[in-house]
Amino acid sequence: MADVFDAYTLSHAWDEMFEAPGTPRRAYERVFAALEHLDPDEVRFRAEQVARAFTDGGVTFAFGGEERPFPLDLVPRVIAAAEWDEIDRGVRQRVRALEAFLADVYGRQSILADGIVPRSVVLTGSGFHRAAHGIDPANGVRVHVAGIDLVRDVDGRFRVLEDNARVPSGVSYVIENRRITARTFPGLFAEHRVRPVDDYPARLLAALRAAAPAGVHDPVVVVLTPGVANSAYFEHALLARQMGVELVEGRDLSCSGNRVRMRTTAGEQPVHVVYRRIDDEYLDPLHFRPDSVIGCPGILNAARAGRVTIANGVGCGAADDKLTYTYVPDFIRYYLNEEPVLDNVQTYRLDDPERLAWVLDSLAELVLKPVDGAGGKGIVIGPQADERTLIRLRATVAADPRGWIAQQPVALSTSPTFVSDRFAPRHIDLRPFAVNSGDDVWVLPGGLTRVALPEGALVVNSSQGGGSKDTWVLADARRRLPREAAAAEQGRAALPPSVVREGVADRQAGPGPAESAQQQQQ
Amino acid sequence: MLSRIAESLFWLGRYVERADDTARVLDAFMHRLLDDPGTDEEAACRTLFAVLGVAVPATESGVCDAQTVLDVLAFDAREASSVVGAWQAAHDNARGVREVISTESWECLNATRLALPAQRRAAGRLGPYAYLRYVRERAALFSGLADSTMSRDDSWLFLTLGRSLERVDMTARLLSVKVLASPYAPDWVTLLRAAGADEPYRITESWGGDPQSAARFLVLDPGFPRSIVHALATAERCLADVADATTGRSSQGRVPRRSRGQALAPSATRIVGRMRTVLEYLDADTLVERLPTVLKELQEACLAASRQIADQYFQYGTPVVWLQGKDS
Repeated sequence: MADVFDAYTLSHAWDEMFEAPGTPRRAYERVFAALEHLDPDEVRFRAEQVARAFTDGGVTFAFGGEERPFPLDLVPRVIAAAEWDEIDRGVRQRVRALEAFLADVYGRQSILADGIVPRSVVLTGSGFHRAAHGIDPANGVRVHVAGIDLVRDVDGRFRVLEDNARVPSGVSYVIENRRITARTFPGLFAEHRVRPVDDYPARLLAALRAAAPAGVHDPVVVVLTPGVANSAYFEHALLARQMGVELVEGRDLSCSGNRVRMRTTAGEQPVHVVYRRIDDEYLDPLHFRPDSVIGCPGILNAARAGRVTIANGVGCGAADDKLTYTYVPDFIRYYLNEEPVLDNVQTYRLDDPERLAWVLDSLAELVLKPVDGAGGKGIVIGPQADERTLIRLRATVAADPRGWIAQQPVALSTSPTFVSDRFAPRHIDLRPFAVNSGDDVWVLPGGLTRVALPEGALVVNSSQGGGSKDTWVLADARRRLPREAAAAEQGRAALPPSVVREGVADRQAGPGPAESAQQQQQ
Repeated sequence: MLSRIAESLFWLGRYVERADDTARVLDAFMHRLLDDPGTDEEAACRTLFAVLGVAVPATESGVCDAQTVLDVLAFDAREASSVVGAWQAAHDNARGVREVISTESWECLNATRLALPAQRRAAGRLGPYAYLRYVRERAALFSGLADSTMSRDDSWLFLTLGRSLERVDMTARLLSVKVLASPYAPDWVTLLRAAGADEPYRITESWGGDPQSAARFLVLDPGFPRSIVHALATAERCLADVADATTGRSSQGRVPRRSRGQALAPSATRIVGRMRTVLEYLDADTLVERLPTVLKELQEACLAASRQIADQYFQYGTPVVWLQGKDS
């Protein structure tokens, strides 16, 4: 029998599971032991079960016009407690800095006056909206939900690849991945003390309620979706369902007198907090694209009047522009007076003519990204690009240096991924999700690990053939998981059966076989 | 609840029931064609199309036979009154209400939709019965799951309302096949079996093969859940509960438009209640003679009630389109 790890080769990239060929890292010892001796057929069987679970649940996406299950790899990504602690601190710090920056930019603009960021960089960003000026969020939060994309470099250090402060998506896959992985490898899952992810919807709802307009004590929260044709519709429905709030489309809302209402079978009902999963450009045709039919005309004025809260706030794109990204470490020092816990990837701005010239000459060794692209769109990875692409890129970048940044290529860390009949290394990243309730930034322990499925590929987006992995954050040995704490508090473990028996009534059963059964057979 | 959601649930209920009932009608009909080779197949098939309100497809040969019936009424996904088309439509409606129906009900709908192509291929080998049976079973599974996993709130009421109205309509059409085209129609036993009613019928009515009693059972039996009177009563109850729920809740918010000066019961309730009363006071002995009129009235009442429900509860905006340029 061929061992499923036989052909696993390590490259110069950091490998999540192995520190040397055949030697797993400590956090992975049990996972490796469980997988090592699996028969490829068995692995394939489980992979099919996983695909089936996603297909039946309708967790699919269109790939080349065909309905495919969301690809979840069987091998979980394991993050040790100490590693997670650094990520947790780093992400929280980053979100606080982005929040402070947005409050400043749409308010006093002291960071521009102090010359930390050039005014032109902020004002020319496509995510900066003048319409957002003067909208003061009730509890000071604009970035209610953030997704900070991290990668791991060759030394195993986590670095921030980009920030998502507008409408980060993917958290539903974190929840679904966990549900399905835990069922596929119940024994393996039980051996680890994995921190739970299923309280995300409750945290989100609490943060949204905390953001309600002033004077509203029992706010009505809704999730605003573009509609069933949207690729993230599954996520919108899942969050609405698990938060127990209405999932609305633009046509369900009406706005008059600066109040937003939804049309229900019992007439129009007020809405106080809109967790929108629609981009700024489509949100309000009165202010942004007039041809938008999925938004709610007038909602922005209602927000300005303090009658409704839009989450995430309008104009958060000013903070997650990729050019702004290069300044975030400065934000952290300026607003928080701290040193960044997580570093950026080495990035070059193209504002300086000399640097621009150097970048244009070194395109083949660099990664070039458009500053307002999302989902891996428009990225050119120099070392993997052909000559024609580079020539075209050179002309595009030279014509619009403001529209691009250059980065040193990062050899994303690799993780064993099931490919046809064995495990092979594939590059992965990590998107932790942070929820800001105003009092506190909470980071979901885990986040979305995305996998670039084609061999050697570095772009992990699912629209470009990416998959995902369940992400297990191990609990600190000294810390109790909430469910363990609850069990201990109730003393359930020590409950003797006799006490239980006293607390329940007797069971009843129906009449047994007739005594005459034997005679009946005569 | 949102008007858009209410509408989707109403149609979800209708389409699942339609898939189920169409499968039942086809089953009975195919049985008849096989059973009696002397039947004029062409005429029988055309009758069935007419009763189900589906246009006879124009084929090259101009022939309309059992295969045409199956191709269109069972397997044509573009036809909303076919088995697969109704299921697809149910699924599409369910997609828009994922957050209000239970995950289990949704998975049942979705898994069935995905399994239908394979079932159809199997039907090519084994005949249509397995396919029709599969759809009936999955519809039963959906109803059972909805029954046991959905709260009895507005969403449940709209789902059940849609199902009941569709059941009235489809049972009426099932009977129309027999009443309007008796020579081509399945016999009463087959019809009863198609409605799942043959055994309850034998228990309730003493068996005599009497057409009066079979029709009476399917139309008037108050205890059998697929009978027309029972389905009407269920729909009536749902409408009353919906009215209570929606006006009751609005007392703390704005007064909705429809309750102003409303001394009369809402009109959908009136239509459904009137139909039920007409049936209940019908002279049971002359039912069969009056059946053609009654069945037509029933189908029209379903149409009218459905329109009234839409007017009353499913009012929501069409997207606002901003005119740009000189003309605006």
